[in-house]
Amino acid sequence: MKNVGKQLIWQQYQKEIAEDHFFYVRSCIRQNFFPGAEATFLRILKDVLHKDVYDDPAHTTCTGIGYHTDIIPLETTMTVVARQFALMTEKGYKNFIPSCVTSFGLYLEILESWHNHPEVLNQIRKYLKEATGRTFELPENIVHASDIIYKFRREIASKAKYRLVNQQTGQPLRVVEHIGCHYAKMFPHKSVGGAEFPRVLSGIIEEWGGEVIDYPERRHCCGFGFRQYFIKANRGYTFSSVKKKFDSMHPYSPDLIVTNCPGCNVFLDKGQYVISEQEGIVYGANGYGIPVLTFEELAGLIVGFDPWDIGLQVHQVSVEPLLDKMGVWYEPEKKYRGKNNIPLGQPLQPTVLKTF
Amino acid sequence: MPDFGFSIQSSQPIDLDKTYRAVYNFVKEKEPSIQRCIYCGACGATCTAANFSQMSLRKVNLLLLRGQIAEVRQLVEHCLLCGKCMLVCPRNVNTRKMILLIHQALKMPLS
Repeated sequence: MKNVGKQLIWQQYQKEIAEDHFFYVRSCIRQNFFPGAEATFLRILKDVLHKDVYDDPAHTTCTGIGYHTDIIPLETTMTVVARQFALMTEKGYKNFIPSCVTSFGLYLEILESWHNHPEVLNQIRKYLKEATGRTFELPENIVHASDIIYKFRREIASKAKYRLVNQQTGQPLRVVEHIGCHYAKMFPHKSVGGAEFPRVLSGIIEEWGGEVIDYPERRHCCGFGFRQYFIKANRGYTFSSVKKKFDSMHPYSPDLIVTNCPGCNVFLDKGQYVISEQEGIVYGANGYGIPVLTFEELAGLIVGFDPWDIGLQVHQVSVEPLLDKMGVWYEPEKKYRGKNNIPLGQPLQPTVLKTF
Repeated sequence: MPDFGFSIQSSQPIDLDKTYRAVYNFVKEKEPSIQRCIYCGACGATCTAANFSQMSLRKVNLLLLRGQIAEVRQLVEHCLLCGKCMLVCPRNVNTRKMILLIHQALKMPLS
């Protein structure tokens, strides 16, 4: 392919990412399983990048999980989404950032439906008005939270305290990037880089000094698949997918996995525990797993936030080997201490997977 | 081990570089028309045996290429050698000869 052609294709997969004034909506999964991640994102935006971001306590779930598991009618989902937009409109914002990849896909899907079927939009406006008395405007710019970090990756790198470099060897850390399916596979032109070569995480990793691993099952789903995991008898499908990915990446000895999707983060992190118990396999070095971080947590580490402040102690796989490689300073005795030094208790130990 | 209530199924990839092709190669050597198959499924649609079994020559050909010989063995047992598949084949594959050669190959020690 000629270089000109390549550039033309790449232009299709560039997206406009707003500069400032964001309305932030949280993720159900992320704030429960990795509670420090979203707080870290807001802290980076406010304290490091000095941006205006509004986190509305009145916003709710987008109902994406209920929608994808077929337990909530589409009209209800659309009305709930309309309410989120109404909150944004009331607060005077036009740039909408969902934290969750499932939400991001759902918002895009609904906006696309409304674009093609204006009569549905009018119906939803009516439903929302009747139910809550609210009205709303459509967002001018809607991007995923990882797009924001991607946009400001150089600025973050310029303020970084650490880099994705092994302090002992001086070599770049080998990083696996995993992108949630609903980020680019539903609407490729709404992502950075498209569905085949999404750039949003690899761009961040390379800018911060790491080396991205290209392994055969790189674009395979994490296995969540909603109905695969939510029906207990089907959970084998989920962990078969997780195992397939880990079997595929294992020969490349990754130091770290970074995800931009809350669900993927859960299954790649906690899935290592399930595989270790059921199959007796551990994928990291010395009996430990491969640490799995969200992009916000990674950004927090890079700019020098305390690892325990950004919630790395609630990960199933211990992050200490990664912190040691990066040379991040931390206090081991404070790992399970909460605010004002209150003990949080100790987690139970897995049988096979080693933890700190 | 905790009771998870589910188990992990092992992955079943078919690596075409590593599949067992001895039976397919044997048939191909004796009856090169097998290579003309376009997997249209006309043979399976017209198959008399398919009325009371899973027989489909299209599937047999695919399984041969994938080296799934145990499944091939089960399917070809149902063939009556009536030759209707030969009549409908748009690519003139000698399907009856194919079946006979598969039977022959399955009885021989092939590497």
